[in-house]
Amino acid sequence: MYIYLLSAPIWFSKLPILKDYLDPMVLDYLVWPLVQIGLLLFVVLTLIAYLTLAERKISAWIQVRIGPNRVGPQGLLQPLADGIKLLIKEDLIPLKADKGIFIVAPIIAMVAALVSLAVIPWGAAWATISNIDVGLLFILAVSSFGVLGIILGGWASNSKYALLGALRSAAQMVSYEVPMGLALIGALMFTKTLALQDMVINQENLHIWNVLFQPLGFLIYLISGIAETNRAPFDLPEAESELVAGYHTEYSGFRFSLFFIAEYASMLIISAIAVTVFLGGWYLPGLSYILIPGSTLFVLASIGVFAFKTLVLLYVFFWLRWSLPRYRYDQLMELAWKWMIPASLANILLTATILVIAKEFGLIESQGNFLSISTAGYIFLIGTAFIITVPLTWIILGQINARSRDFNLREVEPLPMNRAKKNS
Amino acid sequence: MADITDITDITDIIEQENESNEMILSMGPQHPSTHGVLRVVLKLDGEIVTDLDCDIGYLHRGVEKICEHRNYQMIAPYFDRTDYIAAVSNGLCYVETIEKALNLEIPLRAQYLRVILVELNRLSSHLLWLATHALDIGAVTVFLWAFREREEILKIFENFFGARLTCHAFRIGGMTYDAYDGFQAQVKSFCDRFPKCLEDYETLLNTNRIWLSRTVGIGIISSDDAINIGLTGPPLRGSGVEWDIRKAHPYECYSDLEFDIPYGENGDTYDRYLVRMEEMRQSRRIILQALEKLPDGEVMAPKAPKTVKPPIGEYYHSIESPKGELGIYLVSDGSAQPARLRIRPPSFVNLQALRQMAIGHLVADVVAIIGTLDIVLGEIDR
Repeated sequence: MYIYLLSAPIWFSKLPILKDYLDPMVLDYLVWPLVQIGLLLFVVLTLIAYLTLAERKISAWIQVRIGPNRVGPQGLLQPLADGIKLLIKEDLIPLKADKGIFIVAPIIAMVAALVSLAVIPWGAAWATISNIDVGLLFILAVSSFGVLGIILGGWASNSKYALLGALRSAAQMVSYEVPMGLALIGALMFTKTLALQDMVINQENLHIWNVLFQPLGFLIYLISGIAETNRAPFDLPEAESELVAGYHTEYSGFRFSLFFIAEYASMLIISAIAVTVFLGGWYLPGLSYILIPGSTLFVLASIGVFAFKTLVLLYVFFWLRWSLPRYRYDQLMELAWKWMIPASLANILLTATILVIAKEFGLIESQGNFLSISTAGYIFLIGTAFIITVPLTWIILGQINARSRDFNLREVEPLPMNRAKKNS
Repeated sequence: MADITDITDITDIIEQENESNEMILSMGPQHPSTHGVLRVVLKLDGEIVTDLDCDIGYLHRGVEKICEHRNYQMIAPYFDRTDYIAAVSNGLCYVETIEKALNLEIPLRAQYLRVILVELNRLSSHLLWLATHALDIGAVTVFLWAFREREEILKIFENFFGARLTCHAFRIGGMTYDAYDGFQAQVKSFCDRFPKCLEDYETLLNTNRIWLSRTVGIGIISSDDAINIGLTGPPLRGSGVEWDIRKAHPYECYSDLEFDIPYGENGDTYDRYLVRMEEMRQSRRIILQALEKLPDGEVMAPKAPKTVKPPIGEYYHSIESPKGELGIYLVSDGSAQPARLRIRPPSFVNLQALRQMAIGHLVADVVAIIGTLDIVLGEIDR
């Protein structure tokens, strides 16, 4: 199975030049992965560049503007112009900054964001670079590494705004990592694997998207994902109206653009994982009837399906950013610790209970790595998810949180402002 | 925590940095959301503000001193540049002060035109406030939506005076020009469209969970404190004091027009937001009434003197500018130049409340509170 996933497609090993000069093993395990990596980086980085353009265009439509339309037809070359501008900008390092760390920080952020791309199943069969057994854990581990770049960058800048931004970012990312990981566990109970490609295959076998079993988990994951990538309404680490630019206040030129690319890349990864785990990845009902599974055309179509789903989620990211105000720091923490984490725990508990009940009634059966679900089982699982899990969690948490008052920072002590009264 | 009441000077605050765990953060003068060049020195415990002080004067141009060396007609354009967001209101305050000193009666048509223009200016000023306030809290879209409507008002101004921002609208004794052809239609069509736009903003903000949690209970100031500090305008009315100079001491033709004074209950940022939103509706109401009642006739008083020489004496006149009570205190020695001219800017007085409002809140709230006070540094520093 894994060999099948990792090996090059048949047409690749039949390419005339490669076939004559290279061993098939070398082709499969060295040349093909390198081709994959090169292609993926090229596509993803271009995509990120155009995501910036897309964001600017979408925000322009939301805000009744036109958006960039000067460079190239309809402003299509704008990302190129932006890139050139950032490259030829003066590379400024503040005098009192910690030079070494200042230089390394954006690289860490960027690398941490890009490494996760390796395990994401972009499509069926060969359209994934590596399908490691702990794919999901790998992504969670690596993407939380990115916060290190932000903290180091903020600290090394030797600026108070950058420091505050970095500290906010650290607290925020550590807090939201927890519900994000917990939200995925519910889905894991259905897919029974951590390898991302297998998760998609499981969903294909069950002919369902996990989001129907896990509406609450999907919601929690999406919200924590937005917070994790420091996007609005959770963009506190770089809140421009409070902290100027947060952790990258002192960065300019290409170093800044590394942070920028890292932000967009992690946005892409968050939506890619949401698609893989909850929205069926490259699986689209009916696709396997139209095209022969495993054929090159099918793989390309599956990549298209995956890309479409990811872009829809990215649009949600943009949409939220341009229509919502920003949370305050303590409210953000409150949302994480009072709502997200208890909700994700409740989700795990309720999902597990429902699964056990379903198993007792013989609605589902475990078959090795797979679940087999009867028609009544589908109705039961989806029904309970929407009718019991979501409202019950909502009601319980609402009851609990209604009793605890909002974290009111203001102590009620009168300030000496009644001087005028005393004198008169 | 040190006794915050003892600290009144920035140097004091900075000296204490090394003695405690608290951080001193100099916010501004180059900061995206201090509305110009205000510098706020914050003393932070984590992110909680334990003390703050405002440092002003980065935009000082010495308008009051310049006025002592100019003829009365030459002074008027300087007032368009004190509060450049509400240039028309500021110009009105100046010409009215001089008219009061000269005891000049203004033709009725000029009065109505003045009211229309000043209320339009109030709308544009409040729209700019809404835009920047929402931007400070992170709602970027409201910013551009509000600018779309402000643009229409500025177009009317451009047609009328030839300038968009620092429009020199009025002359001592009336107005230089009568309304241009199609002025009434243009204002009318704007007023017809405007409520829909206000609803648009309110859909984005009024019941938005995040907007509520960012504004409700933030920067509370009681009505007693507000009066003691001398707050005027929406910050005062937000605290529940029903005080508007347009009603209390009507000038121009405000006594002929019907309008309500909105006022809040809790004196927090949300109430001030609601007050300003309602004020925009009331302004529209005033404009529509004034357009209906607009009489024909002259726009310049026939008795307006060529050389303005107010009789010896002291004069004070104040109007309700979009930001609060804008007053001018004039000492005339009978010559063609004022002996002393002092401006009572609403922003300057309203800014005094910042410290009391912001202590105990977070850094993010300081930004929101600066936004809700609606200050203009051109007016504070003069």
